[in-house]
Amino acid sequence: MSASNLLKKWFGRKERPQIKAGEEEEFYRAGQWQLVWWKFRRHKLAQMAMVVLGIMYFIVIFAEFVSPHDPLRRFKQYLSFPPTAIHIRDQEGKFRLPFVYGMVMKRDPVTFRPFYEEDPNAIYPIKLFVRGDPYKFWGLFDADLHLFGTGTDDMPLFVMGTDSIGRDEMSRIFYGGRISLSVGLVGIAVSFVLGLTLGGISGFFGGIVDEAIQRVIEVITTLPTIPLWMALAAALPREWPQLRIYFATTLILSILGWTGLARSVRGRLLSMREEDFVLAARLDGESEWAIIVRYMIPGFASYIIVSLTGSLPGMILGETSLSFLGIGLNPPTISWGVMLQDAQDIMNVAHYPWILWPVPVVVLAVLMFNFLGDGLRDAADPYVT
Amino acid sequence: MLGYIFQRIVRAVPQLLLISVLAFIIIQLPPGDIVTLQIQRLRNSGVEVDEVQAQALIRQYGMDKPMYQRYFLWITNIITKFDFGYSFTFEKPVTEVIMERMGYTFAIALFAHIFTWTVAIPIGVYVAVKQYSITDYIVTFITFIGLAVPAFFLAMIIMYVALTKFDIRAGGLFSQEYLVLPWSWGKFLDLLSHLWLPIILLGTGGVAGTIRTMRAMMLDELRKQYVTVARAKGLSEFQVIVRYPSRLAINPILSGVMWLLPWLFSGGLMVEIVLNLQTAGPALYSSLRNQDMYMAGAYILITGFLTAISAILSDVLLAVSDPRIRFGGVEGA
Repeated sequence: MSASNLLKKWFGRKERPQIKAGEEEEFYRAGQWQLVWWKFRRHKLAQMAMVVLGIMYFIVIFAEFVSPHDPLRRFKQYLSFPPTAIHIRDQEGKFRLPFVYGMVMKRDPVTFRPFYEEDPNAIYPIKLFVRGDPYKFWGLFDADLHLFGTGTDDMPLFVMGTDSIGRDEMSRIFYGGRISLSVGLVGIAVSFVLGLTLGGISGFFGGIVDEAIQRVIEVITTLPTIPLWMALAAALPREWPQLRIYFATTLILSILGWTGLARSVRGRLLSMREEDFVLAARLDGESEWAIIVRYMIPGFASYIIVSLTGSLPGMILGETSLSFLGIGLNPPTISWGVMLQDAQDIMNVAHYPWILWPVPVVVLAVLMFNFLGDGLRDAADPYVT
Repeated sequence: MLGYIFQRIVRAVPQLLLISVLAFIIIQLPPGDIVTLQIQRLRNSGVEVDEVQAQALIRQYGMDKPMYQRYFLWITNIITKFDFGYSFTFEKPVTEVIMERMGYTFAIALFAHIFTWTVAIPIGVYVAVKQYSITDYIVTFITFIGLAVPAFFLAMIIMYVALTKFDIRAGGLFSQEYLVLPWSWGKFLDLLSHLWLPIILLGTGGVAGTIRTMRAMMLDELRKQYVTVARAKGLSEFQVIVRYPSRLAINPILSGVMWLLPWLFSGGLMVEIVLNLQTAGPALYSSLRNQDMYMAGAYILITGFLTAISAILSDVLLAVSDPRIRFGGVEGA
């Protein structure tokens, strides 16, 4: 449908040029991607999602700088430390820049469990651009500048608290996002290559090749997602380095994802082969390869993008589930799923609920990708108003 | 008709074969063979395994034979003796491990589905009738979040709330004292008191999706003329909605019933693991943690098989209700 509409618009422009001035004309003159952008702009939720995701990826990319601490550093005096309250009003009721109070540890007289109380006399203002734990930025150059913090080890800043061995939750969330948010991207890259190649072969050659690929896809879609992921992840050799496990996990996650893409690519190719503009290109003496790459792929590129965005949330959740179960990534690697391993014991969660922080973060990421996917789906076909 | 059913079954055979091959490959995936690993484990834990016993074990599992012969041994045992291999984690045949949990697995999943429908269908109908009302917006917003929250997150949060606010230790199917006792009235009541939470948790996972389907279908149906006709005939608004459009809008959900079969078996896996229920899912998990792969092979094979059956059943049902598919299918197959 989009292809024939496309033709109509293109020829329509030539048939009656400049009949109407202004917006209408601009609409006709605009290229496909321009129209997609305009339509996307109308989807407010999707735009908001794009901004939020942009911020998330920004934080993750510059995690070393944005994190207040080294995610692996153990603060021995602050085990399972609750999130620090950030104040803007001191004891006398005066407003001042954000600060935290020093915390004093006390013990419950009955249970002997430690708890913390604020010391109103010790005020630690939160500063921007402070010197802190040294790190190697992107593994390239040494630095120790952090975006924010108290700048002193007397009272480090724990916005989200610490885990059972005293590591800062917030820094771990930021670093963990590197894995959790990139698994989906690498996963869709793999799905993309697999889906496009196999779907393309299937749709282009047809016949027995097509039949075989379609049967394989049929079988793969009957396999149960979670048990299959679990089985494959569990089969990974334990002694592998974490980086290899990471890539193997993304491969596993994309093993089911490519089938949908392959199907839609095949469908598009089959229907487009009959279109007039393909015939025209063929009459012009274009090679088969050029026809696919220059004429057909631009025709359904938008659908590919939509289908890919749609599979991202599933992969993020997949990584989280597998690592949570301890059969995907494992410590010392940090990912949101690995962080949640601590939450497997419900008593742990009951005493230190802040170890559930990865939950809202994962939900936020997935929700935003859902919104973005929705907006893109609407925008992908800009000729339907 | 019989011919069509027969053809549909014949078409599923190569599909099932391929699934079984895949399941077998997964069993073979971990480096080193399972038997050697097991012998190693036994020796490490101080059990004497002499060479003769080791050789006997290796022969019993066909580890001395080439891959394809082992596959035939494995699949023949499954077809003739319903023997899926041995679970080293549970020290029992896999079939036994799965069978003794099957009842709970199916019961919980079935009730969870019933819970989903009883909650989601009325809400879906209601928000469709009251489109663009405040309720509609609130429900739409919640379902959007619901779609983004995986059921096992919800399970963790609810377990946390149950423990801290109501002092209920959620998880498991029995209290400690009943776990090993034989069946009795008390144990049954104990089971019931533990059962409601997993059922609600598993059920809630499907609510958001079902509400959205139901709402979309209802909106389509409500625009049609027969609704106007029903109103014109003087039926009360409640009767109009319940008797006509609702019955049509429920169709996609009813045709999805067939897919319940594989879902019953593997749909609630993560929640079952988090809640540590005595169902098949957590058993799969604990064997996978030890790279005990026969369990996984059985799981994937059974779910794949159930999916294939569901596909056949839903195709046959469709063919029964629509003759065009029946005849087109015979020619096309």
